[in-house]
Amino acid sequence: MKLFKNKILIEYFEDKLAAAGLIVFLILAIFAIAPSLFSYQNPYDLMQLYLENSFQAPNANFWLGTDEQGRDIFSAIMYGLRVSLYVGFASTILSVIIGFTLGLISGYYGGWIDTIIMRIADIQLSFPAILIALIIMALWGAGVGKIIIAITIVNWVYYARTARGVVLSEKEKDYAQSAKALGMSNFSIIFKEIMPNTTAPIIVIATVRIAVAIILEATLSFLGLGVPITEPSLGSLISNGYQVLFSGYWWTSVFPGIVLMILIISINLIGDRTRDIMNPRLKR
Amino acid sequence: MALLEVNNLHTHFFTRNGIIKAVDGISFSIEKGEILGIVGESGAGKSITGFSMLGLIDQPGKIVSGEIIFNGVDLVKKSEKELQKIRGNEIAMIFQDPQTSLNPVISIGDQLMEAILYHNKKASKKDAYNASVDILKLVGLPAAEKRMKSYPHQLSGGMKQRVVIAMALLNNPKLLVADEPTTALDVTIQAQILYLMKKLSKDFDSSLILITHDIAVVSQLCDKIAVMYAGRIVEYGKKEDIIFNPKHPYTKGLIECLPKLNDDKERLYQIPGIMPSLLSLPEGCYFKDRCEFADKECDVYPDQQDIEGRRIFCHKVK
Amino acid sequence: MSQSEVKLLEVKNVEKIFSVKVGTFEKKDLHALNKVSFDIFKGKTLSLVGESGCGKTTIGKVILGLYKATNGSVMFQDKDIAQLSPIKRGSIQSDVQMIFQDPYSSLNPRKKIKIILEQPLKIHTKMNKKERLETILSLCDDVGIDHTYLERYPHQFSGGQRQRIAIARAMVLKPKLILADEPISALDVSIQAQILNLMMDLREKYKMTMLFITHDISVVKHLSDYVAVMYLGEIVEYASKKDLFKSPQHPYTKMLFSTVPDIHTPLMTDSVLKTGEIQSPIDLPTGCFFANRCPYKDSSCDDKHPDLISIGDNHLARCPKIGQF
Repeated sequence: MKLFKNKILIEYFEDKLAAAGLIVFLILAIFAIAPSLFSYQNPYDLMQLYLENSFQAPNANFWLGTDEQGRDIFSAIMYGLRVSLYVGFASTILSVIIGFTLGLISGYYGGWIDTIIMRIADIQLSFPAILIALIIMALWGAGVGKIIIAITIVNWVYYARTARGVVLSEKEKDYAQSAKALGMSNFSIIFKEIMPNTTAPIIVIATVRIAVAIILEATLSFLGLGVPITEPSLGSLISNGYQVLFSGYWWTSVFPGIVLMILIISINLIGDRTRDIMNPRLKR
Repeated sequence: MALLEVNNLHTHFFTRNGIIKAVDGISFSIEKGEILGIVGESGAGKSITGFSMLGLIDQPGKIVSGEIIFNGVDLVKKSEKELQKIRGNEIAMIFQDPQTSLNPVISIGDQLMEAILYHNKKASKKDAYNASVDILKLVGLPAAEKRMKSYPHQLSGGMKQRVVIAMALLNNPKLLVADEPTTALDVTIQAQILYLMKKLSKDFDSSLILITHDIAVVSQLCDKIAVMYAGRIVEYGKKEDIIFNPKHPYTKGLIECLPKLNDDKERLYQIPGIMPSLLSLPEGCYFKDRCEFADKECDVYPDQQDIEGRRIFCHKVK
Repeated sequence: MSQSEVKLLEVKNVEKIFSVKVGTFEKKDLHALNKVSFDIFKGKTLSLVGESGCGKTTIGKVILGLYKATNGSVMFQDKDIAQLSPIKRGSIQSDVQMIFQDPYSSLNPRKKIKIILEQPLKIHTKMNKKERLETILSLCDDVGIDHTYLERYPHQFSGGQRQRIAIARAMVLKPKLILADEPISALDVSIQAQILNLMMDLREKYKMTMLFITHDISVVKHLSDYVAVMYLGEIVEYASKKDLFKSPQHPYTKMLFSTVPDIHTPLMTDSVLKTGEIQSPIDLPTGCFFANRCPYKDSSCDDKHPDLISIGDNHLARCPKIGQF
């Protein structure tokens, strides 16, 4: 049976757990991309909320129950997933662009450029990520754009360090030397010759770091420093429900929490498998 | 009885793209104190043959059939645990790249002593130290005592290979498998290492399998030669016979294409083409596409012929 | 030197000193090249022979522009290029190309063969796409690469085929000078013969000028007009190929010849174990660099560093006692 032509995909699906992770992730992603197709109501359109539905336990109408405003938790989770994934992906893409570029430049040129970039990275790594993000958010206030930037500032370091490490060995290889001997500019050598050979580890780290970015956003939102109330993510849903958790309305907090957990596990499964496939040392 | 007797050994690799018959039915034997050379191009299966001797075949590879009878016992049937006792003790291996066969963060002395203590639990630390210094002196490492404290990166390539050889010899192995031991070295150092290996093999009365792509190296060291091509042995016999009177066209080509110091010919003889991929071997004789004598008869893989004490696989040799 | 020989490249008193860390804080000078001088004549091949660590690759990289010389000059087309990086050399650079030792690392694994071969043309010529393809295809025939290979990636080829591709890349600009840094030492012996023959054919066809760098003196015979033997960053013997192979003079050259494995001569005796190893290029001795390995050494060898002296028709050696042993 040849379902896929792509060799990498065939290899990927040989691990059943990773395959399950990818499928779960895709389902969640579909929910996040088009929540209105599946949801009972738009939980943030006040016209669709009825207070008499408040704090209903899970039942046939509201599968996962409702919160104090009569908001369907199932619908809220799908809209929350959207915000969480958006922040996770956007901040990861941004940090890859910034970190990858700085790492390439730092590793290739060495000298004082390298010293400056890497010392900044070292200083940043010596503080807990959450602390840096907290400070930035406290200064700027809540907002989806702001949290993306805050997470980017925390995360670029990992890509920069990895890229630098790979460049240090790649630039000594004969193909890079021969490009230099041809009279190619440093810019071309970095981005046209060396970069294609450094993407594998960056992709691997990115798949793992997306999960970290999503958790960081959830944490900040839980602490009330993340996304605004009008666009709640999974983190702010958990936070909202947490306030009434011990009043017996457990479903308002537990279900978003479970979804967040499933999301993170599925991404980590994908990341682990990607690393196995892309690491030539583990490959046979 | 021979020290090592390999009978019809098949080591195959079951990959995504098909079965690679890296070693496909080879047989040879080594007496005590004898040196056997296995020659062939890269991809001919010579290293896999060496790894098979030590049971070092990992997934997706597997010894499919055949026997490796060492000292009267069949190694193919042994468990991994039993093999571990034999490996590094009765059979030792020297790898091509001395850089990667030594641990970069442990001093030479500690690595040697650990190897002694692993197989000989009764030895004291002091005995191990003395034995290590002795063996370093034996392989001709200058200032052996001082070198015990050195780390691999402080030594040159030739010195590292000496340490690797010392490590292989530590427990007086009965059989040493050397996989391209001099390929990474300069010609001047190569001569030293080859001489050292020949001398040590004689002194210790241990047998040696030398795996290399350079038939000139083999000719200087070995008593017997097996020429491998695409996973099979094509010619096998005594060194004098094979070097001075090669019969298989491939062996002839290997000898002919060596640069020679003492003739005036500018151009070298060359074997045309390259060895076929083990995934798409031709019907019949594997060498026929590169062979100047090939004809219709060669569309069938040749049977073994025994001519004047050598074994040969070629239709054209009668 | 006969009248017909035109200098293409003149290396004069080139020195290269690297600063290396010894211990945590201390830095020392590593003399990779000590006043190296030689000429390369048009249409001729000069071979540089020596063990690893003798500086033969360093001089190649200085000529190519990957290293800047610490002192001395490299004259090429009436210009001193010793201090210029490849990009500053402009169009001159297209006339100097290099074949690297390891065909596994010298081809970018992420580029198709066609792109690899096209790149030099894109940088240094104004050819259009069709002309570029024609150039590449005709070169493929020269080096024995099938046209269908162009759409494949380097990892799909064996070492010998990759080295053919690397040779094609070096040839594609029709350079005046080719630097070949151990182009066959990473290959199987049977493939070495193929590549050596190929290089001889190309040299014939394109009247190539070449600097051939190797550690194996046995292959030098097939591809050179002149030979320079290097030891610890300096030339110890220089002669035409014929003279050198007929009567090597310097003890080091003799040692190189004696260690070549040959199927007709048995492995040498104990004396080979005494040949020792090249010493570190940091803290060089005041006397002869080779003294510690030399079978003819006496006390005077440690006193003064010998000069390169003429011992015959265009035959130089760095040993004052030649003829005395």
